[in-house]
This record gives sequence, structure tokens and C-alpha cells, in this order.
Amino acid sequence: MKLSDVCVVACAEAFRGDGEILASPMGLIPSLGAKLARATFSPGLLISDGEAYLINEGEVEGWMPYRQVFTVVASGRRHVMMGASQIDRFGNQNISCIGPWERPKSQLLGVRGAPGNTINHPTSYFVPKHSPKAFVEKVDMVSGLGYDRGAHEIRVVITNLAVLDFATETRHMRLRSVHPGVNVSDVVAATGFALSIPDSVPQTRLPSPEELEIIQKLDPANDRDGQLPAS
Amino acid sequence: MKSKLMTADDVAAQLSDGMTIGIGGWGSRRKPMALVRAILRSPLKDLTLVSYGGPDVGLLMAAGKVKRVVCGFVSLDSIALEPHFRQGRQSGTVELTELDEGMLYWGLLAAAHRLPFLPIRAGLGSGVMEVNPELRTVRSPYPDDEEFVAMPALKLDAALIHLNRADESGNGQYLGPDPYFDDLFCLAADRRYLSCEKLVPTAELTASGPVQSLLVNRMMIDGVVETPHGAHFTSCVPDYGRDEAFQKAYATAAASPEAWAAFRATYLDGSEREYQAAVAA
Repeated sequence: MKLSDVCVVACAEAFRGDGEILASPMGLIPSLGAKLARATFSPGLLISDGEAYLINEGEVEGWMPYRQVFTVVASGRRHVMMGASQIDRFGNQNISCIGPWERPKSQLLGVRGAPGNTINHPTSYFVPKHSPKAFVEKVDMVSGLGYDRGAHEIRVVITNLAVLDFATETRHMRLRSVHPGVNVSDVVAATGFALSIPDSVPQTRLPSPEELEIIQKLDPANDRDGQLPAS
Repeated sequence: MKSKLMTADDVAAQLSDGMTIGIGGWGSRRKPMALVRAILRSPLKDLTLVSYGGPDVGLLMAAGKVKRVVCGFVSLDSIALEPHFRQGRQSGTVELTELDEGMLYWGLLAAAHRLPFLPIRAGLGSGVMEVNPELRTVRSPYPDDEEFVAMPALKLDAALIHLNRADESGNGQYLGPDPYFDDLFCLAADRRYLSCEKLVPTAELTASGPVQSLLVNRMMIDGVVETPHGAHFTSCVPDYGRDEAFQKAYATAAASPEAWAAFRATYLDGSEREYQAAVAA
């Protein structure tokens, strides 16, 4: 079982039940996940090509220039899956800069649309390298809102080790499942804050043969494997 | 019809130090790069740039033209991080007004509509409110009583945009899939400059695309410049895509002062004609 395929399926699961909304996955593994979800259990999803076209089964089915994206964001009919250079226990995310904002040690992208996304519609995250550098006590610049700052919904955080969510009374991040071969202690060691850990942590769902076939068809060159750190 | 034709250097000469300049396009897509290069050759300084930022911001920062950047990101798209923007921020040589992308849109729309602000949810609760303490919120006067960010109008002294086609009076057309926010940049600005891939007679505009592709009209434009390959190295589909190899060379050169000096000498120190010749070589 390839870890990249497990991650793709976990990303697909994030879009389960979403109906006819704009799915905006950032990066290859989230994109494969959204497309897998549409090909199987979430056929209603609309997916853009990253330019201005909505593409479905190889055909242009609609026009989605940036200004229309912002209208969809505000309407709430969207589920974005973003990256996170840093994320904290409430799901506050940072893609802006590392270090003090006034003069950062490392300038990254900027907040982009993360403030607007997270206040308006469901958000998930894909973090390819689960580490204490990414899972921090406090993010340096709040780009995406956590639950303590008014997030609309942070559905899941998917990493190379696990699936996490916020299904706790306090809205603290919780370990939902670990990927095959990963121990709970591995996740704890790679997280820079105290996770909520249920008594029993299941394994992340494995891809079905049908799903593996679809993933392979979507990414025949196996580019997805290079998206994860070498284990 | 009055001709508004001018050169890229004429445009730079009509700008002045300290101006707030909006630049159209998005990331490394359909940027008015020939107009940006004209500013690089000019003595202009202390500019405030409002942009969905790409190499326009990077180049102007590298040349020491920029006092402040107003943006939600600066990115080269296929290369996620803009090297000169990073260096400027990390060395503390540039001021930043960091906004959510949607807030930037709303600020331009407010300015276009001559409104002091427009309400928006984006930004509330985020670090954007902390790093921009001048931002205010506003409460709905209706029973919902909801609180919003009062996004202030982003008024521009000048706007620079690049489109595929235009006539000499300032009617402009995009032939790619996304208008970006070029019309709003023009409506938000006092002086508006349009560069185009190809200057055509007015009648040809509707012959080469649907009327909806006429993104700006002549009341929105003060100056027109014909600059073939004027968006290079950003994309200007369908005329040409992004020059990925050149963009990579640009990003690589930014890594060291020596390499950047060589890049500048090869491409940027001469005229636009020399730039295009060096690119073609």
C-alpha cells in the first residue's frame, strides 16, 4: 500500500457529502483527492483547472475567473484544501511568513485568500510533512482562522502520518486516524502541542482496488509519490 | 477619435515619486511588464504598489523603486515564492500592507464606486487586522447586527494594465480566460495606462472576440502603448504562455548579487527593444 494513495483517499474523504460546490484543492495530492471524490462518492463537485475553467470529465463546463471565485467564497459554496506552513491546536494556519511579521526570518506567500476562505466556508488542510515545525503552539501570522478566531468549519487536517480533526468539545485538534505503519506515539512526537487522543485510534481507511485504479489513471506518472518526504 | 498612443517611456515620465500605482494581472499572468521595465529605466522612486503581486513587484523592488507593497501575496505561480519580495521583506527594506485577496478586490471596487469602504467578512479574526491597525470594522444597521471589516477604498494615482488588443483611443480587449481585475484597477485610478500586444482598428476588436471581451473602454484609459511581448515573461494567453525557462533564470539570478547584476546587464539596463532582442537571442 503506497502512502501517497492513502493520502489521496484521505483527501477525497474530506469532500464526502459536499454536493454541488466548488472544490478548491491546492497541490497535487489534494487535487487527486478531490477528483477521486468526484469520480466516486461526491459526483456533484465542481473543480477548476487553476485558471478560469471548470473542467468535468475532460470538458469545460463553466467559467470561474478569479473575481467569480471571490463571490463563490463569500457565498459559502466552496470547500478549500490549503497547505499550512504552520498550524496550531485550534487550526489557525500560517502561509504568510515565519518569524516576526515586521521583519520575517522567512517571507512566504502572504495570507492569500486564507482569511476569507476560513471565515466563509469549509476548509481542510494537507500538510505533507507532519513535524513540530509545522504543528506549533502558536503560528507566527494567522492567515487561516482557527476555531478560537471564528473559523466557519475546519473539516480535517491530513498529513503524511495521520488524519486529524476538531471533533472535541473545546475544538482542540484531535487525532482521528493514523496511516498504516504509523503509531500514535509517532504522531505525538511530530506535533508541537498536546493533541486530543481518543482511547482507541483507528487506522486511516485504505484505498479500494477501484479507487487505486482511478488514482493511477489520474496520475499515471506517479508524481504524487514525490509530494511526500522520503520515509 | 483622439489618439492616446504613447510610448512606455512616456508613461513612466507621466508618473511621479511617491505615487500609489496599481498593476493589473495576477501573479505571473498578464502583467504590464514593458511598462514596469520603463519604470525600471526611469528615476522614479518611493512608489506604493497595489497588486496581485508577481514579478512586477519583484523587479520594481529589486530596482529600489518601492516604498510599500499592498497585496495578499507575491508569487510567480509556477515558482511559489518571489525571490526579490522575500529579500525585501527579510531585510526590512520594504513596507507591507498585507490583505486578504478578497479585501484587495473589495478595496478596488470601493474606490471604483467612489465609496469610502465596503463591508466584507474576509479579514475578521485574522492576523491581517493586527498588522493593519488602521483597519476598522462596521456593524450592519439591520437586525442581523453582524460585524464586518470596513475595507477602505484603495484609491490609485495610476493604473497599469496589459491586454491582448486595443485601439488607439483606449478600448481594450482580453482574449484569455480571465479578466483578472484590470478594469477595476483602471476605475480606481486617476491616470490609466493600457499596454497591448497588438494595436488594431476599432472594428477589429469585435471581429476577433465577443463584445464581452472588451474589458476596458476609452473613458477608462488615458494612454495606450503597443508593446508586443509586453507581458513577457508572464503569460498573455492566447498570444503566448509564460516563459517558464526565463522565469526560472530570473528567480535563479535573484539568489546572488553577482548573478543579479549580470541578469540586469543582459536584460534590463537597455531599452525595451534591447530586452526583447536579448530574450530572443
